[in-house]
Amino acid sequence: MTRWIPLWLHRLSSPPTFYRFAGAVWPWAMGLALVAGAIGLYGALVLAPPDYQQGDAYRIIFIHVPSAWMSMFIYAVMAVASFVAVVWRIKLAEVVAMQSAPIGAAFTFITLVSGSLWGKPMWGTWWTWDARLTSELVLLFLYLGVIGLYHAFEDRRQGARAAGFLAIIGIINVPIVHFSVNWWNTLHQGSTINFFGSSKIAADMLWPLLVMTLATKLYYVASLCRRARVDLLALEGNKAWVQEVVAPEVTP
Amino acid sequence: MSSSLQAFLAMGGYAAYVWPAYAVFLLVLLGDTLVPTLRRRRIVRELRARLVRQAARQDAAHAAPVAESGAAAAPSRSR
Repeated sequence: MTRWIPLWLHRLSSPPTFYRFAGAVWPWAMGLALVAGAIGLYGALVLAPPDYQQGDAYRIIFIHVPSAWMSMFIYAVMAVASFVAVVWRIKLAEVVAMQSAPIGAAFTFITLVSGSLWGKPMWGTWWTWDARLTSELVLLFLYLGVIGLYHAFEDRRQGARAAGFLAIIGIINVPIVHFSVNWWNTLHQGSTINFFGSSKIAADMLWPLLVMTLATKLYYVASLCRRARVDLLALEGNKAWVQEVVAPEVTP
Repeated sequence: MSSSLQAFLAMGGYAAYVWPAYAVFLLVLLGDTLVPTLRRRRIVRELRARLVRQAARQDAAHAAPVAESGAAAAPSRSR
């Protein structure tokens, strides 16, 4: 069944191997995320000029849009990992899916709050039941549903399976979030960034946005690695490799 | 200098919206990094305690070997 999966991926799915791999990856990802974040924030808050229509309020875009992209990207990762977990019952896929959920929920929350803080001065309202805002709120509820369902089971693997099904079904909402501004008349503005054409944004506003996007991606890698490592320790507490990991931390 | 700093902090009159948005971004992600740190601390402490208990049980079994017929010595729970 798993023959088509490349060998290294197969090896990486072994918990002790992944534990070491993630332990080597996360400090780099976190360090680069902090560097990119610092550069991006400097570009966003200092170097980028004020918008001719929105003044300085538009600067919320530099956290709002990268967070919104992450809210959808992490959901896609979670759904794909859930699919692999449900079909092939690979423990690491369950871990990746379930540990992605809180990070995705965090970015979705940031998206909704920063959007609300941007909407008040620009639209005159904190919230409106427009297609983009509503579907993003549904995304938050899907994340919370996945987290809640996962924790509702005594058996962690059974919980991951049930929550995985919900994650897979919920993927239908991701294209709805993305295309909502095209499909319906919304108060929310259309896409600023167009990867297959010209973007509607000046270069000195674009680069901080892209650097912040990179920073949030790297942050997700780091956070997922750290969460997955801890989760593997908890899941495999009886295994020899975990005891070897924990033993040096016991007594000098 | 201080006037340009004041202008920066004022955010063109939108300070009340821009700074809270950035604060939420940074605080939520800071919270997200703390979760695995605290959970790791708790889990390592639990696993350690389990290892210590196991070691103590094995020591007790070696120190006081009972009848070799296999009449198992009840592992002392006290230590």
